[in-house]
Amino acid sequence: MAHFEQWAGFTGRNWKESVDVRDFIQCNYTPYEGDESFLEGPTEATSKLWGKLQELQKEERAKGGVLDMETEVVSGLTAYGPGYIDEDMKDLEKVVGLQTDKPLKRAFMPYGGITMAEKACTTYGYQPSEKLHEIFTKYHKTHNQGVFDIYTPEMKKARHNKIITGLPDTYGRGRIVGDYRRVALYGIDFLIEKKHYDFDRYARHGMKGTDFRLREEVADQIRALEQMKEMAAVYGYDISQPAKDAKEAAQWLYFGYLAAIKTQNGAAMSVGRVSTFLDVYIERDLKNGTITESEAQELIDHMVMKFRMVKFARIPSYNELFSGDPVWATLEVAGLGMDGRSMVTKNDYRFLHTLENMGPSPEPNLTVLYSPKLPANFKKYASFISVTTSSIQYENDDVMRPVWGDDYSICCCVSATETGKEIQFFGARANLAKCLLYAINGGVDEKTKQQVSPAYKPITSEYLDYDEVMERYDAMMDWLSKLYVDTLNMIHYMHDKYNYEAAEMALIDTNVRRTFATGIAGFSHVVDSLSAIKYAKVKVIRDENGLAVDFETEGEFPRYGNDDDRADDIAIKLLKTFMHKLRKCHTYRNSEPTTSILTITSNVVYGKATGSLPDGRKAGEPLSPGANPSYGAEKNGLLASLNSVAKLPYELALDGISNTQTISPGALGHSDEERVDNLVNVMDGYFAQGAHHLNVNVFGTEKLIDAMEHPEKPEYANFTIRVSGYAVKFIDLTREQQLDVIARTCHAEM
Amino acid sequence: MTKGYIHSLESFGSVDGPGVRYLIFLTGCTMRCQFCHNPDTWNMHSGTPYTADELITKALRYRSYWKSEGGITVSGGEPLLQIDFLLELFKKAKEKGIHTTLDTSGNPFTKEEPFFDKFQELMKYTDLILLDIKHIDDEQHKILTGQTNANILELARYLNEIQKPVWIRHVLVPERSDKDEYLEKLHEFISTLDNVEKVEVLPYHTLGVYKWKELGMEYPLEGIEPPTKERVGNAKRILER
Repeated sequence: MAHFEQWAGFTGRNWKESVDVRDFIQCNYTPYEGDESFLEGPTEATSKLWGKLQELQKEERAKGGVLDMETEVVSGLTAYGPGYIDEDMKDLEKVVGLQTDKPLKRAFMPYGGITMAEKACTTYGYQPSEKLHEIFTKYHKTHNQGVFDIYTPEMKKARHNKIITGLPDTYGRGRIVGDYRRVALYGIDFLIEKKHYDFDRYARHGMKGTDFRLREEVADQIRALEQMKEMAAVYGYDISQPAKDAKEAAQWLYFGYLAAIKTQNGAAMSVGRVSTFLDVYIERDLKNGTITESEAQELIDHMVMKFRMVKFARIPSYNELFSGDPVWATLEVAGLGMDGRSMVTKNDYRFLHTLENMGPSPEPNLTVLYSPKLPANFKKYASFISVTTSSIQYENDDVMRPVWGDDYSICCCVSATETGKEIQFFGARANLAKCLLYAINGGVDEKTKQQVSPAYKPITSEYLDYDEVMERYDAMMDWLSKLYVDTLNMIHYMHDKYNYEAAEMALIDTNVRRTFATGIAGFSHVVDSLSAIKYAKVKVIRDENGLAVDFETEGEFPRYGNDDDRADDIAIKLLKTFMHKLRKCHTYRNSEPTTSILTITSNVVYGKATGSLPDGRKAGEPLSPGANPSYGAEKNGLLASLNSVAKLPYELALDGISNTQTISPGALGHSDEERVDNLVNVMDGYFAQGAHHLNVNVFGTEKLIDAMEHPEKPEYANFTIRVSGYAVKFIDLTREQQLDVIARTCHAEM
Repeated sequence: MTKGYIHSLESFGSVDGPGVRYLIFLTGCTMRCQFCHNPDTWNMHSGTPYTADELITKALRYRSYWKSEGGITVSGGEPLLQIDFLLELFKKAKEKGIHTTLDTSGNPFTKEEPFFDKFQELMKYTDLILLDIKHIDDEQHKILTGQTNANILELARYLNEIQKPVWIRHVLVPERSDKDEYLEKLHEFISTLDNVEKVEVLPYHTLGVYKWKELGMEYPLEGIEPPTKERVGNAKRILER
């Protein structure tokens, strides 16, 4: 059993014998059932630094979205000297460390693909380095090139026609959450020792390719750990040993995260479940009288400020998918332990309180792991923060805990992975709405007119017959699921090979479990279309080549989003069918296939590429986001809509079922007090039914329209809204996306 | 089984009674309030018929959101015009332990039979009444709604007599009810009642104007803007004190 003087006052055994942060938390945390009255406002240092950062953000926006960019240095753990928010105020920063040498300056990360890295530069007016171009084209291959070297013609065609879409073959896959807490609890040297042990342990006679790969990966991880120490040393810290107090714990943990964001520009770079962990340190310091509440809050504020500063150089097509410069620095609070105790600590309040101390913000993506059984005071405070900032999301701990335990982190917008034990292969989406059109058109794309799937028999009747459509659709989904998984397998093979996440994996168990996260786009439209075909009459409008290009639907049909089983059963069946098909495929590195119904802002781009559908959605119109019912489909109000979504079984979509709802303040209650109570009631009722996720916005359409027309008004500078699975500053969305957000149902009441 | 004529159903009501509520809007109203935002509910036979059981089944889907406070609220239109149906609905709701709220203008109220007998029975199954007093002055009430307020005030006094919990609601309409003189008079009346748990000032709004146009009717309050924040605050000060 290891002993460190820095652990004085901590109890428990298991976590001292092996790397087990969960055990440390369970043995040492202090549940908090009180209210928010203990919280402290921003310190002078916080206000000064945040003021400076806001100036920089303003400047960044004025410069078209990018403040500064690296072109000469390849990003890495030791690529830069120290950087601060402001050189003159660096002593005020309680948590230090930037991705590059300057605040908001974006690093050059070519391993995912040199073309994209360069395009990101030229898009914003920066000239990429010729030397680096030569190195990464002549001497070093990248992930992107690896993937395109081995793609089959069919894959390229499916990708080009956007039936498989948003693939992480032109950007980092992300979604790997290192257990950054390990740096604080154990110090780097202990972690290196453990990795050496694994390296020796996994050696065996008659080793083959997969063994060599693992050994190489562990060697890379150890190298990354060594470099993390160098990285911290630049800022004057020695992280070889465990953190001795709260300030060091926050700093060590952040260095772990900083290592990740210096080396990877994944679509999602989540922070993980750090709040309760850090509370243990703060509680110890409070007890020892070495920290005040104001200092504790300052520490959390400064840490969050850093999470608000994470930036990556992106290309325009990425921004179209994921608008508003998100990084999904997702960070969780609350949840219950396996023993039934609430894991809410004072620190969970402090993290939410950052939205008051420094105003609303999309990052970090603050996520409340919700259960109706959470302390009433905390539920009210979270609800209050939603009502006032619209900046947080909720996920049902009661459905996730049985699957992932009580120490999972959200690794992207809504997807769970057990912290430090598990990673996820991110797989973007299959457009099932387009797939339905392929079923009708025999695999010819309705937009490009190309034959994409093998030439199946098209449907030729004037009116669509439900049974015939279902039969063809099933066959088409068969083809799609196989092609989709095969494509992802190639992507992840090449990502491991050319863009391996050594720093993150160094903070994860060597014997890691992997999930294979696929996704569905166009969900509600398929459900409503199938319902239309089943319950109404759908006439096919064909072009001169006999291709179905539009539909005329006569009569009423039930729509998903009204708590009507006729439609909702179609939804469940669709999910089940697709998931079962995915399970039949071989997945890379024995990963476990899962799926999601979430689309981020990509619903707009996906919609552009998708033709008219039998549910009445016209060609090019945005798809409805995530698992949300379609625009205008909800006729019975918010709760009916929530009930429909709540019926989708989480076990069929373990990667997440995202639902975004906007409620006008007037419809939520007459006073803030009523609004807070009613929102708690809504969430208790929704999650008690086994629903997975809810994004909550509280504002009226008028405010959105005004913000769209007058983005220059100071009150909109940080106006944050929740969209599918993440938050974004509304003024950072494209006008098209703003209009899409406005068009979505705003639950108001006459 | 009596069927009720339903204008619409809303799964999420949070401003019509305590907590989260399932709202049932019945059709039919004999008042012609100039500010009405649901003129499409006036004609009873424009509604869709439902049995009480059907509605209870639908409503119970939302029980998980109600907790101890919430329940169903029947509004309209004027629900008391369908008192037989209402009686059956509330009786069944109470059998299931659902909190019942009636949102009424009080206009159909009379102490004459057969109505009064039924109303007394209905009160056994009603937990809360939201009583809209549109105007305290009878002459002005007639101008604003086309009907007298005498029986409405009588209802208020009767509910006080039987000590039925009531929330008084008052739509604040500029140039009609938004005068200190009227507000004071209304306050005076409410002060004589000791069953009033809450007084709510509802600022007049124009969100229903399009419905008048759709129905081919001229909007009587054309040109009247919603009350200012100051006036709403003033009314609240007078009425909610």
